[in-house]
Amino acid sequence: MEIFTRHKRFWLIAPAVIYIGFFMGLPLVQMAYVSILERGVNGGVEWGNFSFDSYVSFIFERDLMDNLMVNTDYLQIFLRSFGLSALTTVLALILGFPTAFYIAMQPQKRRNMFIFLVTIPFWTNILVRNYAWMLLLRNGGLIDHLLASVGIQTGGLDILYTPYAVSIGLTYTYLPFMVLPIYASLEKLDHRLIEAAFDLGANKRKAMTRIILPLAAPGIVAGAILVFIPCLGAYVTPELLGGGKFMMISNLIGSQFGAARNWPFGSALSFVLLAMVLLAMLVYSLKFKKMAEDAS
Amino acid sequence: MKVDRANPLWRFHGITPMAIVFFAYLYLPIIVLLVLSFNENRLATIWTGFSTKWYSVVLGNDDMLRAAKNSLIIALSATVIATFAATLAAMGMARGRFRGEGGVAAMLTLPLLVPEIVTAIATLLFFIVIGVKLGLISIIIAHTVFCIPFAYLPIRARLDGMDPALIEAANDLYANEWQAFKRITFPLLWPGILSGAMLSFIISLDDFVISYFVGGAGSTTLPIYIFGMIRIGITPEVNAISALMLIISIVFVSISFLIDRVRY
Repeated sequence: MEIFTRHKRFWLIAPAVIYIGFFMGLPLVQMAYVSILERGVNGGVEWGNFSFDSYVSFIFERDLMDNLMVNTDYLQIFLRSFGLSALTTVLALILGFPTAFYIAMQPQKRRNMFIFLVTIPFWTNILVRNYAWMLLLRNGGLIDHLLASVGIQTGGLDILYTPYAVSIGLTYTYLPFMVLPIYASLEKLDHRLIEAAFDLGANKRKAMTRIILPLAAPGIVAGAILVFIPCLGAYVTPELLGGGKFMMISNLIGSQFGAARNWPFGSALSFVLLAMVLLAMLVYSLKFKKMAEDAS
Repeated sequence: MKVDRANPLWRFHGITPMAIVFFAYLYLPIIVLLVLSFNENRLATIWTGFSTKWYSVVLGNDDMLRAAKNSLIIALSATVIATFAATLAAMGMARGRFRGEGGVAAMLTLPLLVPEIVTAIATLLFFIVIGVKLGLISIIIAHTVFCIPFAYLPIRARLDGMDPALIEAANDLYANEWQAFKRITFPLLWPGILSGAMLSFIISLDDFVISYFVGGAGSTTLPIYIFGMIRIGITPEVNAISALMLIISIVFVSISFLIDRVRY
């Protein structure tokens, strides 16, 4: 059954696809092109002058004699981004799995309310969310006060503008992405399998590790990817909670279009980030398909 | 709390405390921000008494109001264009497979996949090259792109949940396509359309990164304005304006979810 005939459907779909193609597809292609151009003398780019300098300068820099020297500054920013994203993913899993589990064991009616509660912060402004953490974490802020009131004098927590603060903020920002897919897999879980495990003498730990965790694995993988990927591209959290001192990839990219004015280098970094994201999604979708097939 | 004894997951202890920690972590910052926005003290984090004066200060600030107006213009324009395009696309995509469907679906959700900063700078470069002046128009164009999937997904979900027999019946009873749309599809679809539109609106209103890069002088949006204020320091004005943003988002999302639950 079709609502519309074939060629009418084409015209219905066309505007949205053409719009996205023109204002997102083309810009991405152009960005890839700019990344292999030469940097203009006063910023900007030299159109038509090709150069791989942007990709080379990711690891090397030229000294005054025009020799290439290894420079690990940018590499460090990439490694830091990966490290923080990995840490965030682990923290989100530690908090997210029990929560998804908790929601899945609620009576049917109450589950939707909990899911709604999990998603609300996601829809609030990201600046506001990070600002709220600045209020909590700063010296003389609420957490400082609470610690002081139970007799722990920190003399200033000194946690704001550190990687720890960035990690707390990132976990806070992307937590819902971990809970939702895990919940989706736990919700579908056939309760009879767990009953059977208990009937056959499994203790809780066995039932958890042998039945529940393997069946929740697709949700856990999906959650980990949904947290890790946007974390890699985080811009606001390192800017606010890191105080601009702990750059992640996005901040480095942003600075190439601000003070540093190196568009080809910024484009190259963006292209690398985009490639990593798309590759991760591709691997995931292939792997996920396989997991789904294995399960059935 | 009432326990669903039939659910074997209940046998696992130690889950509840973790869930409590989770929800405390999720809501503590929001509650603290809301409470502190009513603090009369100039020092933004020490409670001394209840007052709404910072809200009046913020609401009397012309720069802030101008930024809020820009944000509204952008969000409304982007929402209208995106929802229109997304509704058409969802109707075209629903039911009946076709060659290249996977590619088209990927294109429609591409904006959700690409990191914001990449979208921002790619769009910025594109606008500079084709000569679009950076300002309200450039921000509206860029916002429309990422609003399309947010509008598309709820509309598509609603369409997929519709009983195809209804359209068949309309066809059997000699309704033409337009009549079938007006009398059957649209009355069933509008909650999805409205829900998608509201999500687009809130996503556009909240966007910071893309507006920050593709905007220009005179197109300061509310989030850009707030960012500037936060950069200067933690003040009661920022508390009040942040709390306002928070409340607007929560109200909108709640309404959107309620509408989406309207039954077929």
